[in-house]
Amino acid sequence: MRQSAVLDQLREQIATIEGSAAPKAVLPFGLESIDARLPGGGLSCAALHELAGSTALADDAAATVFLAGILARTEGPVFWCLRWRDLFAPALDLAGLSPDRVIYVEAGSDVNVLTAMEECLRHSGLGGVVGEVKALSTTASKRLQLAAEKSCVPAFVFRRALPLDAPASGTAAVTRWRLRAHPSEALGIPSLARPRWALALERVRGGEPQLWIVEGCDATGRIALPAELVDRPDRQEAQAAA
Amino acid sequence: MRRVVSLFLPNWSTDRIVRKLRQQPDRSARSAASPAPSPAPAPLVTALPDHGRRVVASVDAAARALGIRSGMTLTQARGFAPDLLVIDGDPEEDFQGLKRLALWATRHYSPVAAPDPPDGIWIDITGCAERFGGEVPLIKHLYRRVLASGLNAQIAVADTAGCAHAVARQVPSGRPTIIEPGKARTALAILPVHALRLGPGVADELRRMGFERVEQLMAAARAPLAKRFGLQLHKRLDQALGHLPEPIKPIFAADVPRARRSLLEPIGTAEAFAHVIGDLTTDLAALLLRAGLGARHLDLYFERVDGHWQAIRVGTAKPSRDPAHLAKLLCQKIDTIEPGMGVEAMTLVSPLTEPLAGAQADALAARRGPDLPALIDALANRFGARQLYQATARPSSMPEREIDLVPPLGRAALEGWDAALPRPSRMILPPEKVEVTAMLPDHPPAMFVWRGKRYRVARADGPERLHGEWWQSEGQEVDTPLSVRDYFQVETADGGRYWIYRLGDGTQRATGPMSWYIHGAFA
Repeated sequence: MRQSAVLDQLREQIATIEGSAAPKAVLPFGLESIDARLPGGGLSCAALHELAGSTALADDAAATVFLAGILARTEGPVFWCLRWRDLFAPALDLAGLSPDRVIYVEAGSDVNVLTAMEECLRHSGLGGVVGEVKALSTTASKRLQLAAEKSCVPAFVFRRALPLDAPASGTAAVTRWRLRAHPSEALGIPSLARPRWALALERVRGGEPQLWIVEGCDATGRIALPAELVDRPDRQEAQAAA
Repeated sequence: MRRVVSLFLPNWSTDRIVRKLRQQPDRSARSAASPAPSPAPAPLVTALPDHGRRVVASVDAAARALGIRSGMTLTQARGFAPDLLVIDGDPEEDFQGLKRLALWATRHYSPVAAPDPPDGIWIDITGCAERFGGEVPLIKHLYRRVLASGLNAQIAVADTAGCAHAVARQVPSGRPTIIEPGKARTALAILPVHALRLGPGVADELRRMGFERVEQLMAAARAPLAKRFGLQLHKRLDQALGHLPEPIKPIFAADVPRARRSLLEPIGTAEAFAHVIGDLTTDLAALLLRAGLGARHLDLYFERVDGHWQAIRVGTAKPSRDPAHLAKLLCQKIDTIEPGMGVEAMTLVSPLTEPLAGAQADALAARRGPDLPALIDALANRFGARQLYQATARPSSMPEREIDLVPPLGRAALEGWDAALPRPSRMILPPEKVEVTAMLPDHPPAMFVWRGKRYRVARADGPERLHGEWWQSEGQEVDTPLSVRDYFQVETADGGRYWIYRLGDGTQRATGPMSWYIHGAFA
């Protein structure tokens, strides 16, 4: 379902009016089914993105690695602003985000995390800025979005332990992602397969919400689509043809 | 709230001499060669001339124990201790020594420190305790360092300089005395009147009149006393109670780059401060450029109309003499200053500098990537330098110790971790106990209960056996006395992956009680 040329043209006009007509860099996931659903073909670099797991720690853990995988594909140092120290650095390295690139800022409170993020976003050339917070107000998100636009640094607000039924309050973030752990493939031996996540794009400016089941990051931070899910439409077509 | 440390050195002159003698190598060599290498050092006093006699000025602990007091004539003192070691006192050198001690304190504890002759220093630690994790750790650190350098010391902290001074001298305890905020009055009440730093003879006369303790003085009518003793008495009392200001004029090293602006009119707004800061950093940057230096530390002093000094201190991750950068760092901290009735002079000092070669002006600066040192300084000065770090691998067999936190930009390359070992992205520290149903000895859990919630395990991988670091602390680890952990990665029915371990190897009781803990969550 590609958007029609008319819509593209209209978007271009609106972008000209908004003053953001310059071609923006995007971070593609490298998966056609996801990139096609994002305006511009990937995560916009000069924008604020929101990301959440759930109250279950494993979901927050999945969101952490998902984020590390995105940042592994950017260039430049990454500032990771935390409220407290429960992030385990080796996991970021395992997702391809080398420890050389990450500078942690342990800011202590939501307000401090957002302040630190804004300070970081004043500097262009960073690979990304992450802030882990509990709450995000509309005003704070607008400030971050403006700062990210100006410096062309992707900003990620990681909403820690966000309940599943939390009302999607209006923030200025361009996208909002939610990750949940999903049962992985049974290998038939006492071992674990590559983890799977239910990756939900809950909100995207200029697009439709989506849900994918993906396989977790590899050593270069890339997610993948599970093989049997990729195959499924073909199989259905084959069945239909038969 | 102002907090002042008074460091009292009861034997300053003699301690200083003993330290100096110890530092002279030829002297120490001689004493090592002598048959009795000073198990009990001879009592030592300093002497000063007084009306043609020589009287004892300062007394060390050994001499004090023999009954020698300052003010005795030397002849009298020799009667107590025939082997008395007498050295000529040098009040000027004592004062210079105090100045050096105060400068040392400015480097380590607070930009505002000053000598308090003849035998003490002040340190205004207002707002400086965070770096040490609180006031008590700061005081303990100071106390340990002073004792370790061979000085006898008594330390007190209070809201006012007068109160800290009095308590440090009047409460002879073996550890620092901390007068809690707002308790200056209570503390002063029980002290004798001569604790108030009164003029010569005043305390004696007060005592003759029946005034023993400060509380009596507080309760008495002021006018008759003021008539007899002048204003000094109540000025000291009010200063100690915090009703009158008692500024501490900080001391700077003579040879460090310094810029100063006296203002025609007192200023008090953040914009005005920012403007003066801009001027000062420009002046200082010119000085630094001439000297080929870059600032690592900056202290900015605000001199208030009432004589009170306040200071802000910033540090840089790399030596810098960029006025805009330095001004930005300083401006971030303006809100910690209480301008009161206005500030009439500002002084910018760079107590710590490092050589910095000239750099070519570069029109393409914006293209070279982010100005990381500037960003790191801005963050470190706002949140504290310890809150900024990078992580690197450290060889350890306990996962919680596999991470070494290092200051940012400190190292060229950081090590990564072994990619073959699964490690969670969120740790639960300390590990929490979980109720587990599992078959012994090596089966993974089939079910576990964590924080009151039941998780059914669908799949699992493991165990990864980790042995405690028995070589740390002689076979018994302080925090984890039990030594074997079997880690399992488990996936619950809804897909969440957790890291669960069993303490103990399942065969030997000594390795652990076979209880289960959850230590983290995977992606």
